[in-house]
Amino acid sequence: MKAKVYVNLKSGVLDPQGKAIQHSVELLGFSGIADVRQGKYFEISLDGSMDNERARQSIEKMAREVLSNPIIEDYRVEIEA
Amino acid sequence: MKFGVIVFPGSNCDHDAYHVISKHVGQPVDFIWHRDTDLSTYDAVILPGGFSYGDYLRAGALARFSPVMNSVKKFAESGRFVLGICNGFQILCEAGLLPGALIRNRDLHFICEHIYVRVETSDSPFTNELKKGTVLRVPIAHAEGNYICDDNTLAELQREDRIVFRYCEPDGSVTDAGNPNGSRDNIAGICNRERNVLGLMPHPERACEDLLGSSDGRDIFSSLAATLAAAV
Repeated sequence: MKAKVYVNLKSGVLDPQGKAIQHSVELLGFSGIADVRQGKYFEISLDGSMDNERARQSIEKMAREVLSNPIIEDYRVEIEA
Repeated sequence: MKFGVIVFPGSNCDHDAYHVISKHVGQPVDFIWHRDTDLSTYDAVILPGGFSYGDYLRAGALARFSPVMNSVKKFAESGRFVLGICNGFQILCEAGLLPGALIRNRDLHFICEHIYVRVETSDSPFTNELKKGTVLRVPIAHAEGNYICDDNTLAELQREDRIVFRYCEPDGSVTDAGNPNGSRDNIAGICNRERNVLGLMPHPERACEDLLGSSDGRDIFSSLAATLAAAV
């Protein structure tokens, strides 16, 4: 069982790293890009002692309290069997 | 009057802060390891600069979970004084002791240079010996010093006179050109509503001796010492 947590800067928050990446890939000739936002991805292996619902609650809490900073970031949790 | 300097794994300005308190303020000071939790003998604690926990996850994010931080929260609630410098400011924001967050500098670079900040209020235990409008030349050394907060928080900080330092030009004008990292409203340092917790990105402890290029930082520590002397 695995949990995947995606953390991204909120839409209004400036992402200088994303901007720099966008600039670089455009210099390399990649076209059609409107915007690049850089985020974080966490893969958490679970030991199977929790059912899906409990695992989701626990990982959501972890994402909210530790993995993201709610002032600047949003998160999304996926639980995989 | 007793000071404590909290040492997290990865703190690297702890000795600078200790040196300034013992040599320039002339008061007793201890290092406090981040696993210690007894702050009962201290009147003020400093969260120093550095890279606590290697800045893993986000700057200051993991230090917030160090055992000492619960005690720092209670310490602040009891009205005693907390000064967060650079990484210490980031930790105070992550811990919710100060509002807002510090994100990557506008131009991405790690910036290590002397800059100028303007004292925006004398109404704080850390600036009561400084006149509002005084310009200080102090160094910054950070990659994540870009202060950000929502509109309501900014309005509250402005209304309550809690913006203590703003980045400025040498003549004191607060402009975009004087803003090294893109901080909202040129904010370099803020205090909490009760005014006993201050966080700032510049390093006043590295600006207490002419030999180091500036001694403008001294007044911040002497203000705090004067506050403590008056309280004791």
